[in-house]
Amino acid sequence: MRLLVKGGRVIDPEAGLDDVLDILIENGKIICVGRGISPQAQTSGGSEVEVEVEVVDASGKIVTPGLIDMHVHLREPGREDEETIETGTAAAAAGGFTSIACMPNTSPPLDTGASVEAVRARAARAGVVNVFPVGAITKGLAGEELAETGELRDAGVVGLSDDGRSVMNAEVMRRAMEYARMFDLPIIPHCEDTNLTAGGVMNEGYMSTVLGLKGMSRVAEEVMVARDIILAELTGARLHITHVSTAGSVQLIRDAKRRGVRVTADATPHHFTLTDEAVRGYDTNTKMNPPLRTREDVEAIRRGLADGTIDAIASDHAPHTFEEKDVEYDNAPFGIVGLETSLPLALTELVGGGYLSLAELVKRMWSNPARILGLMARKAGIVAGADADLTIIDVEKEFIVDVNEFRSLSRNSPFGGRRLKGQAFATIVGGRVVFRR
Amino acid sequence: MRLKSKDVLGLEDLSVEEIELILQTAEPCKQIFTRDIKKLPTLRGKTMVNLFYEPSTRTRTSFELAGKWMSADVTNIATASSSVVKGESLKDTARTLEALGANIIVIRHQMAGAPHVIARCVKASVINAGDGMHEHPTQGLLDLFTIREHKGRIAGLKVVIVGDILHSRVAKSNIWGLTKLGAEVTVCGPPTLIPQGIERMGVEVEYNLDVALRDADVVNILRIQLERQKKGLFPTIREYSRLYGVDAKRLRIAKPDALIMHPGPATLGVEITADVAESARSVIRKQVTNGVAVRMALLYLLSGGGASSEIAG
Repeated sequence: MRLLVKGGRVIDPEAGLDDVLDILIENGKIICVGRGISPQAQTSGGSEVEVEVEVVDASGKIVTPGLIDMHVHLREPGREDEETIETGTAAAAAGGFTSIACMPNTSPPLDTGASVEAVRARAARAGVVNVFPVGAITKGLAGEELAETGELRDAGVVGLSDDGRSVMNAEVMRRAMEYARMFDLPIIPHCEDTNLTAGGVMNEGYMSTVLGLKGMSRVAEEVMVARDIILAELTGARLHITHVSTAGSVQLIRDAKRRGVRVTADATPHHFTLTDEAVRGYDTNTKMNPPLRTREDVEAIRRGLADGTIDAIASDHAPHTFEEKDVEYDNAPFGIVGLETSLPLALTELVGGGYLSLAELVKRMWSNPARILGLMARKAGIVAGADADLTIIDVEKEFIVDVNEFRSLSRNSPFGGRRLKGQAFATIVGGRVVFRR
Repeated sequence: MRLKSKDVLGLEDLSVEEIELILQTAEPCKQIFTRDIKKLPTLRGKTMVNLFYEPSTRTRTSFELAGKWMSADVTNIATASSSVVKGESLKDTARTLEALGANIIVIRHQMAGAPHVIARCVKASVINAGDGMHEHPTQGLLDLFTIREHKGRIAGLKVVIVGDILHSRVAKSNIWGLTKLGAEVTVCGPPTLIPQGIERMGVEVEYNLDVALRDADVVNILRIQLERQKKGLFPTIREYSRLYGVDAKRLRIAKPDALIMHPGPATLGVEITADVAESARSVIRKQVTNGVAVRMALLYLLSGGGASSEIAG
């Protein structure tokens, strides 16, 4: 069985491709990229052989290497009422992602080889896209003792994080970085000084004052970003700062990169789109951690993405049930879903807003995450021999977000009703069309 | 003229005209205090529910009397303040009250935005009687009414609000109301009790009370709670009192006819001395009385009342 993706504008910035080309796929691998490819195979003797071919007409569309969301909460095991590996990966496919990295704050957490293997086994059976687990930094995500990192590595984790919780003890973080270094795994900290944010539910500033909600200061993030950069400098570990939300953090990362620290970063679509003004009305779908910040921070993140200070876009997809979110603001859990709005928001706000070219966007959503997570050997882009993971994008498609159409089990998005331009048209994983609009 | 919204959730949402309408309507309502029979037929057949998730004596009683004097049927529901009340049960409660025929729901809740949750799910009018650190609109209105009653105007007055601005919903409602009506507002307290970005609400911030009090027409003193000290927001009650306690000596800095206000309950000897609280300039008791009048006016307007001739008659 072959698959021919025909007539799309193929953009692979790493291979230097931006042209109308065909892509021929066989046995899950790209076998040929070029103009006017005949789906029929050439034998070694040069004669054509009849084989079954599925053709995907990509004319008028953009074809990119399969996008990667490096920060997703799949909730399985433990909270299958919020999301499962099956529904979360279906949402990823609908959002144009062919690979996702899932965070370890499940129940039980991914702090042992066995729990990581269980998620991978489940994903192999029920997953629609590739799932790469991130392992815990510390046992039980408690921030005290290191998890068995060697075993986690052998079980296939692509990074280490206690996401959702901050490793508050600097000594523990220092040892985690030193230890992770021998496995060349990135440390992906959730940067929050929880003494500074205790009880907080939104950004601290004018809006928290007006709304009477307890604020979370930007400096709570920035002191930890600064600390972890300093520790990375000391230990030589690879540090990846996830969900950067403040102008101060962007500047700290920019300065560190200039000094040659091994630091990378990602930001979420909600942090480059919305401000804390959205909290007006107390819609709990505007409650996430880190919280929505101010116009100045949004602009700094956009500029950080534009100049490469921020390497990647990641959704921090955090599903919660309607009942959990349908409460007073203080009582609602943090987090919003993002897999199915991430690419449209990036296209609308960043490409449409003139911050990123399509080629640069592809770097932020494919090759940079792939490099950070050590996936570049397999997810090598649109070249012969690479895994046939492709995203086909209709950049002209205008639509209004309808949360009831989400494949995710949860609908906790602040973007319902928002008009966006550009979305995934089809998603191909390992040579199989797993989603088509 | 009528109020635009079915609910009163905060003074931020009210226009100058709406605030003026409420204050004007409160004037005839106040006259009822001098009558032998304190009863108007205006809200006959209407049901009002006081839903209080936080302990309150004066606000709840004030609403209750306002409703009763307007001939509404009034029910009080007090919920244990210690139990964590989840939104679903909050919504359930509101919908149940509506099913029981409530026309007006007065809610006090420890969490900001709780009245908004209720207002969205019922057709009844919702009045915010204080939600977390957000707003306490009827307190703001009664303070405006009291100031105007004594000073004849709001515009151009210098009003100082002293104390725990950070946690105070009273301060927020006062700031919105006063600035909309043209007063110059200064908030004063230690930096740890002044919230971020408050200047954008149109107020001056002054940490030194002796400076803040210069030429003040009105001094509104907020209650300081001991639990704030335990959270490390200031060193001791003694130090707080030394820096921000209002006594007769310090008050000489303000204008000689400056009004002394306090939303209550006051901790005498801490944020305000007893002699100041009981002095001729103090309108603390009048605030309480005016609270009933303002709430009567609000109930009247939310029940579809327009011109206030009905009340005066």
